[in-house]
Amino acid sequence: MSVETKSSEKILEAVNAAIEKFGAKQEELIPILNEVNRQLGYIPTEAMEEISRRLKEPKSSLFGVASFYHMLSTKPRGRHVIQFCESAPCHVVGGREVFEALKEELGLEPNETSPDGKWTLITTSCLGVCSVGPVIVIDEDIYGNVDARKVPEILARYE
Amino acid sequence: MKYYRSHVLVCVDPECLQKGAHELVDALQDELVATGLIDEVQVLETSRIGGCSLGPEMMVYPEGVHYVGVTPDDVPYLVEEHFLKGRVVNKFQMPTTKVVDEELGAPTQKEVRIVLRNCGKIDPENIEDYIAEDGYQALAKVLTEMTPEEVIDTVLKSGLRGRGGAGFPTGKKWQFTRQAPGDIKYVVCNADEGDPGAFMNRRVLEGDPHSVIEGMIIAAYAIGAHQGYIYCRAEYPVAVSTLNIAIQQARNLGLLGKDILGSGFDFDLEVRMGAGAFVCGEETALIASIEGRRGEPRPRPPFPAVQGLWNKPTNVNNVETYANIPQIILKGAEWYASYGTEKSKGTKTFALAGDLNHTGLIEVPLGITLREIIYDVGGGIKDGKAFKAVQIGGPMGGCVPAEYLDLPLDYESLAQAGTIMGSGGMIVLDEDTCMVDVARYFMDFTQDESCGKCTPCRVGTRRILEILTRICDGKGQDGDIELLENLCQEIRTNSLCGLGQGAPNPVVSTLRYFRDEYEAHIYEKRCPAKVCRALIRYEILPDACTGCTVCARNCPVNAISGERRQTHVIDPDTCIRCGICMQVCNFNAVVIE
Repeated sequence: MSVETKSSEKILEAVNAAIEKFGAKQEELIPILNEVNRQLGYIPTEAMEEISRRLKEPKSSLFGVASFYHMLSTKPRGRHVIQFCESAPCHVVGGREVFEALKEELGLEPNETSPDGKWTLITTSCLGVCSVGPVIVIDEDIYGNVDARKVPEILARYE
Repeated sequence: MKYYRSHVLVCVDPECLQKGAHELVDALQDELVATGLIDEVQVLETSRIGGCSLGPEMMVYPEGVHYVGVTPDDVPYLVEEHFLKGRVVNKFQMPTTKVVDEELGAPTQKEVRIVLRNCGKIDPENIEDYIAEDGYQALAKVLTEMTPEEVIDTVLKSGLRGRGGAGFPTGKKWQFTRQAPGDIKYVVCNADEGDPGAFMNRRVLEGDPHSVIEGMIIAAYAIGAHQGYIYCRAEYPVAVSTLNIAIQQARNLGLLGKDILGSGFDFDLEVRMGAGAFVCGEETALIASIEGRRGEPRPRPPFPAVQGLWNKPTNVNNVETYANIPQIILKGAEWYASYGTEKSKGTKTFALAGDLNHTGLIEVPLGITLREIIYDVGGGIKDGKAFKAVQIGGPMGGCVPAEYLDLPLDYESLAQAGTIMGSGGMIVLDEDTCMVDVARYFMDFTQDESCGKCTPCRVGTRRILEILTRICDGKGQDGDIELLENLCQEIRTNSLCGLGQGAPNPVVSTLRYFRDEYEAHIYEKRCPAKVCRALIRYEILPDACTGCTVCARNCPVNAISGERRQTHVIDPDTCIRCGICMQVCNFNAVVIE
């Protein structure tokens, strides 16, 4: 897979920015990891080591936190992350068809990243916008009332 | 502050945005400038009003006229008619007879809105809108006229109980936290609303964030805290941003920070975001997550009221609990206690979902019967089908069958019926639902979300899921029901937190009321609701089949054979039970046996 792994410089930059924003305190660990994850798309080992050094927290406990939460990824992700809501209210209004269409259009199974590094497909827990289900989220854009036919058109909006 | 004779609230929810809500706002602004009305009519953006499926939608106040389907091209006409000539434009009015898919519609007769009273009516990003609806008056009353003990006493008398689901009396919790030794104390708002299909708290946070903030300041004053945290799940980015705006606005007006309203009382608030973990809704796990650790629960006692955040006494309440507080202070404990039953006072919000005519958010007085909710508020079962059960309380709740339709909705009655109040998810199931499949769905969820710290929950939920899956796959064995009962009992008594203790509920309640369905699956290899794929067979009725070949052409595995104009036959061994033949048949000739 030729998913872009980040250069050391970029990683350091992201870690520095996150620590500057929240402070080098243990209780800010989750916001820091979230921020790095948002900036880089995932939390590289190098970033983990740098945060561990700066917060004076063992790497093991950092990894424990990073692997506990669904939204933090320790593996590289694509430029755009598609989250598909797999909860019951979306499921019963045609979510399954949308998911099939997504998988087919992207050629991906959940938790996979496309070879060109453009897309990552993941599932998410309920987003609470059940009355406009089925729902997908691409990066930070929410799409409601999605049906299988709309999928190619929505995906085409992303570079 | 500027005064306007009219306010136009345009809905900017995802659905309306897709339908051009921003373009509508721009067109309105331009037209109001062009007609010279811009100083008289104010255009605001708000969250859902209730007609998004016909969107874009807007609400015009003070008249309260609800327009839907307005395009930028319609704007000049609309502005001329409505704002220049003062005539309501009927063709854009929200149809009142047709109830559309809505999150929060106009309240029905049986509803009482306390928590949701401002949602969809005010601009959540403008603190002045909230203040105009008596906002922060309760805070002023508390800080100037009441002692902390009097505040706690009022909350105690109101009978308010924790709306996160467990129903612990809120006033008592405050009392414990106040009495706990220590100078530093915290208040925490649990906004980690994780139950699938339950979005009551999101609606309050996005539609009326100040009611929660005001409730928290009052709680802080009562227990003696100076710092608070709102723990909001990361799946709610809009709520997080609305809250941050609201907190900043409250700070600017001196309602948060040092010396609030000149009273000498200091309090500030911060929003902490989760990172996707259902178990963080459990209070000790939530506290661990705020502290920057894995969100794993710990044994209680000590309860957070004694040892919570950073081991200091901490009061943790749910969003809805806090949102009730300002109204209780303003209107009095007796007023609040006039709603509800003897032991369950006030109102509760629910997210109605499932096979109902009207799904969406509701707020009803406690003590209302399930029948009233389902038939009067929810408009009855879809497509005239029969009611089978209602799943209350989310993944830790249970299924209640038809014989309990007249059960009054309160904490004790629900517990007796084998379920919990929960945070407010209510999924109505019709006759076509397989209860074993429902139990399996919820167990799949809990098994996935179990944090893994304690063995009964981590391993037990997995074992239950395996057994339920094999029952649905037609491989159930004699003794499975007893095994399930045993496992449920063990998990319930030995798990560390509410997630594990409640995890067996969907299985226990379906076993209690729908044991015959389990038995049919295991002993007769039959799914009475015709849902479980391994236990059903698709067949073609010879009398109805015209031999049009449409089913055979659409079958993905070529399981259907037959000549043109001759009756077709499905080979059950090849059939994968995808149901496509049934969907494409124009003559209703395909049935499930």
